[in-house]
Order: sequence, then structure tokens, then C-alpha cells
Amino acid sequence: MDSPLFELHRQCLRYQNKIVLNDIDLRIFRGERIALLGGSGAGKSTLLKALRQQCPAEVAWCPQQPGLVPMLSVFHNIHMGNLQRHGFFYNLLNLVKPLPAARSAVDAISGPLGLHEQLFYSAEQLSGGQQQRTSIGRALIQQRPIFIGDEPVANVDEYQAAKLLELICHRHTTVVLALHDIAHALTYCTRVIGLKKGTIALDAPSAQLRASDLAHLYDAE
Amino acid sequence: MASDNSRAPEQASSAFGLRRTSFWFACVAIVCLFFADVELGTSNPWHELQLMAAGAISPSVWSWSAFIASLANTLAFALQGIALAAIGGFLLALGYRFTLVRGFCAFIRSIHELFWALLFMQVAGLSSLTGLLAIAIPYAGTLAKIYGELFEEVDTAPASSLPSSDRQFSLSHFFYTTLPLAWRPMATYTSYRFECAIRSSAILGFVGLPTVGFHLETALGEGHYSDAAALFYGLLLLIGTLRFWLQKSLVPLYLIAAFYYLPPQATISWDFLRHFISHDLVPAPLRDAVLLDPDTAVAFAAWCSQLWQQQMWPGLVNTLVLGQISLVFTGVLALLLFPLNSSLFLNRWRPLGDSMLILMRTIPEYMLAFVGLLVLGPSMLPAILALGVHNGAIIGHLVGRHSEQLTLRDDASSGLNLYFYEVLPRIYRQFLAFLFYRWEVILRETAILGILGISTLGFYIDSAFEEFRFDRALALILASAALNISVDQMARRIRLRLHLKTAPESL
Repeated sequence: MDSPLFELHRQCLRYQNKIVLNDIDLRIFRGERIALLGGSGAGKSTLLKALRQQCPAEVAWCPQQPGLVPMLSVFHNIHMGNLQRHGFFYNLLNLVKPLPAARSAVDAISGPLGLHEQLFYSAEQLSGGQQQRTSIGRALIQQRPIFIGDEPVANVDEYQAAKLLELICHRHTTVVLALHDIAHALTYCTRVIGLKKGTIALDAPSAQLRASDLAHLYDAE
Repeated sequence: MASDNSRAPEQASSAFGLRRTSFWFACVAIVCLFFADVELGTSNPWHELQLMAAGAISPSVWSWSAFIASLANTLAFALQGIALAAIGGFLLALGYRFTLVRGFCAFIRSIHELFWALLFMQVAGLSSLTGLLAIAIPYAGTLAKIYGELFEEVDTAPASSLPSSDRQFSLSHFFYTTLPLAWRPMATYTSYRFECAIRSSAILGFVGLPTVGFHLETALGEGHYSDAAALFYGLLLLIGTLRFWLQKSLVPLYLIAAFYYLPPQATISWDFLRHFISHDLVPAPLRDAVLLDPDTAVAFAAWCSQLWQQQMWPGLVNTLVLGQISLVFTGVLALLLFPLNSSLFLNRWRPLGDSMLILMRTIPEYMLAFVGLLVLGPSMLPAILALGVHNGAIIGHLVGRHSEQLTLRDDASSGLNLYFYEVLPRIYRQFLAFLFYRWEVILRETAILGILGISTLGFYIDSAFEEFRFDRALALILASAALNISVDQMARRIRLRLHLKTAPESL
């Protein structure tokens, strides 16, 4: 077996100086598609952050809050994932007038995301769903092997969500997603990790799980 | 998703509007550059600069008693002026709901303190009363505006929960709810204005009052740069240490000391005052004339047309040209400088960066322009530089502080990419709000720089005073007031249209 991409060994993870996850043991391997489940405050975002910090150069990150620059267009917000690939003056010029290479790179992303029509709308004009797709676009354009997303499809409708998850899984070899939709977790991921009361309460291949097995993760304490 | 797009046009106008407005302002400034005299007025600026640098590193005090007295006078005028202005401004703010009061406030603050000083000097001479009123009057107008706006903005919930038979304005309600709620920002703003008043007070020396500016003008004019440096450092020290010695509990003590040290007084001959108002300030053709006489009308028309063609029109045009260039230059500098006060760009060095900005804003633009003229020779160039540096530092400091509130994604870029892609677009709206708030001030200063010989309105006003043509001086001062009021109104409109909000704590 390969060496793991991510490895946590008996680690305590903190959020704002409070321990939210205790004594965590976790290994994630190349090629896995992981769904992270758990009630709000269970520590999903904290765990994702810890994973991200292990190999930041290989991870495309998609946060829960899109964090777009409201005044800039969808095009520029997506291109922002690609800033490192270009020189500063290229980026500056591209800010004033979209350049062909940047344009075709973004077009390749915006088409599948269904944002082609809105490419030159400023982000503040978009609906919540469109903003989230733009945020996914910023992650996709980085073309990195690992995708880590915190509720990346929470604000889009069922049909869109399915298409987006498919797209994300198709373009990355390894995927780690915090999700709240159990059906999505079972359909698109190969492994489900459930967090509850500061520990990993469940860790199993999704093929062995049914929706009813997961409901208890959300039970009130 | 079609329904989401329906709100597009309205919001599109906002981001697009910001860019379009900036574009047109930049265009106007570029066109203005063609009409402006921005050439180097001297063949060798380095020579003078070397002498100044030599002076700057070897400050010397030629007379300690005069040195201390000039600093003490500067402080006394500023303290008395701001105290009177705060009281006057507060009373005016109580009536800020009335258009007439608002108009009155706009009028008294649209006339620069130097112009007020030149006017009072004719009646009260170079007296302590002249200095006090010159600061107190325009500052009262500014403070009234700020206080009035603060009163309007406070949370109305406490006031509306009070038992009241009618919804009339009640003074006791005001003192129990509105005033306590607005008190803190009022105090903050007033203390910032006090810093400005020290600058104004120093500048009053340039027209003859016994403050730092008086000796500074002499020293600079005669090339005694070591003496000038000492005075300049004294002023910087006074303003730089403000936050240490300006304690709430000590303010009454300072005030008593100020009034004891420099009691506001002047020997005014009432006959002379009456003559000044009813004769000197009246347009020459109308003095002692029969008002309905056709000859009077003809003479008055000639007076007006001559004044307009030879002084008012060129003065207005030059003021606007210089003002617009300086406004855009200020904006560019502010955008370049704000990272100095932003932890997004500087971490360990940020306190140093911000100190630089504060130092730049501490130097009054009038003084900067005076020095600039000595170095670069007579043209608009030193004025543009002076206005840009002073105002750019003020706005840069505020924009930098505003950028601290931004929360960026964990995967945000860094360096110049961060500046242009993440930060600049986000702070741009607030930046424009600050800049348009400052527009009126920049124009007021532009007019005043004319006293240094740049042909803006101040130049013609100063000449009119020198020739004892007070009727012309008054007409030109009113013209500059009208210009400032219209620019203020226009800035207000633009701010409203672009949905720009300003927290005017230190503008």
C-alpha cells in the first residue's frame, strides 16, 4: 500500500484555542473520495483545515463561505485560483482587460459550471448558488490533485449539486468533502467519516453503509 | 435562476458606477494638466534642497524665548479656537434639522481660516481676538455638521422607548438619550479637529499672527534653514505627542491656561468697524451713491465685469484646475500608501509605516507648498505635491485601517496579486467615499495656496487686501465660498448615488 496522503496520529485539533477534536487517528490515501459528516460544530471545518495544512501545494480549497471579491467579475474571481501561474504584470493587465490565455482557461471551467452567461457579471450580482459555483470554479482552475471542500454544494439545488459533485470527483484524484446530505455522501464518496462528540464516531467504506446507519451522527446529545 | 438576474441592472450600476466615476475624474484631471502650469520654475532644485537638508540635520534655536512663545501662542489659539468652535458647533447642531442652519454652517466653513483672519485683521489688527475668531468660526461650521450628523445617526430606540405625550423634539430627551449616545464619537472627532486647529493656528503665522508660522516664514524666506528646522520639529513634537498630553481631565486646565496666557482682546474702534462694513466692504460704485441712479448701475456693471474678467474667472478656473489635479493625485497617493497601515501587507513594520503616514499628515499643506515653492520654483507643481502628500497620507491612513476589517480566504494570494485582486476591489468603495469627503477640503486649500503666489482665488484675494480694495476681496471670498459649497453639494450627491458611506471620525 502507498504511504498515506494525510495522516493524523493521536492529534488534538483546536478551534479558537478550544479543543474540538480529541485524539484523532486518521489516514487518507491517494484515490479516496471521502465524505465528512457530522452535526454543526462537530469539528468538520477544523479537521479540513488540519488536512489542508499538511500539503497546501497540492490542495485546491473550496470554503463554506465563497469569499469572493464582490466587485470583480465571475471571470476574475475564477482566475484568482490561477494567479500563481502568471507573472504580476500579466495579472494586472488581465484585471483591466481579460487576456486570451486566461480567458480560455476560465472558459474551460465556467462552461461545465453553467456560469458562461454570467462570466462578466460582478460577483455581488450573483445568486447564492451562482456564487458557490464561482467559488468551486476557483478551486477547479487550480488543477490540483486533491480537492478539499467545506459544504461546497450547500447552497445549490439538488440537480445542480449532483452535477457539481460529479464534476469535482471527475477532476480530482483525491477528494475530501464536508457534506450534510447523506445521499450525496453515499453516492459520490468511497468512504464516510462521521464526527461526533469530538471524536471519529464512524469510519467505513460507503458501500457498506445505508442511510439509516448515519442518522445517529446528527442525534442531539 | 432567471429571477436572480432581474436585480442585476440595479446592482451592476454600483460596481460599474465606481469605475466610471473614477474614470471621468481621472480624465478631467488629465485635461486639467494641459491647462495647468506644472513646469519646474527653477533650473537647479538640488541646490536649495541640499541647503534645506543641511538645515534639517542641524536645527538651531536662535532665541529660546521667541521659540517657546511662538509654540505657546500656536497652542493657545488652537485651544481657544476649538473650545469656542465646539460650543458654537454644538448649539448650531441642535438646529441642524433646519435648512437655514445647515446653510449657515456650510457658509461659515466654506471660508478658509486664513481668509477669515485677513478679514478680521482689517478691523481688529494682528490681535489675539483675530486669531481666535479665525479658527473658531470655520471650525464651528465643521463641528456643527459632524455633531449634527452624529445626532441623526444615533440609535433611536432609547429615545422612542421614553414616555412622551407628543413626538416633539424635547431637550431633556435629547440630553438623556441622543447626547450620551453620540458623546464618544463627538469627543474623538473634536480631538482630531484639535490637531487640525494646531495646524491652522501655525499657518495663521504666515499672515502675521505671532504663531510658529510667523517665524517659520521669515526663517524659510531668508534661507535660515536651521532655524526653520527647529521650529518645524517643535510643531511636529507638539502634534506628535498630542495623545500623551491631551487628557480629558486636563483639558479645563489647558483652557484656563490658554485664556490666561493669551486673553482674546483687541482694540477696535467702533467707528472704524462701522466704516469698514458700511463703506470699505461695499462695492466701490455703490458707496454713497444713489441706488436707483442709472449712472450707478452702469458703474456697478463695469465694476462687476472687470472683477469677473480679470480676477474672479481666472481665479475660479485655476482653483478648479489645480484642485482637480490635486484630488486625483491625492487619490493615487492614498492607494499607493495605504498598505503602510495594513497588516495584510506589513506585519512587524506596520507601526513604522503608519507613523510615516501620520508624519506626512502632520505637516500642514500650506507649509509643504511654501517649502515646495522654494525648491521647485513658482508653478502649480509644488502645490499639487503638497496637497497630494498631506491629503493622500490622511486618506491612506484611514483606508489602511479599513482594510484591517477584511476577512480573506485561507488560500488568498499574496503581495501584489493580493493588492490588486483581493484588497483593492474591496476597499475601493470606501476609498472613494473618503476621497469625496475630502474634495471640499482640498479645494478650500487650493484656493488658499494662492496667497503663496499660485494664481488661484487666494492670489487675487490676497492682492485685493494688499491694495486695500476690500470690496473686491469680499466679493472674491464669497466666490470661493460659493465654489466650495457647490463642490460640497456635488460630492454629497456623488456619494449618495454611489452608495458611499463615510464614518467621518478623522477627515
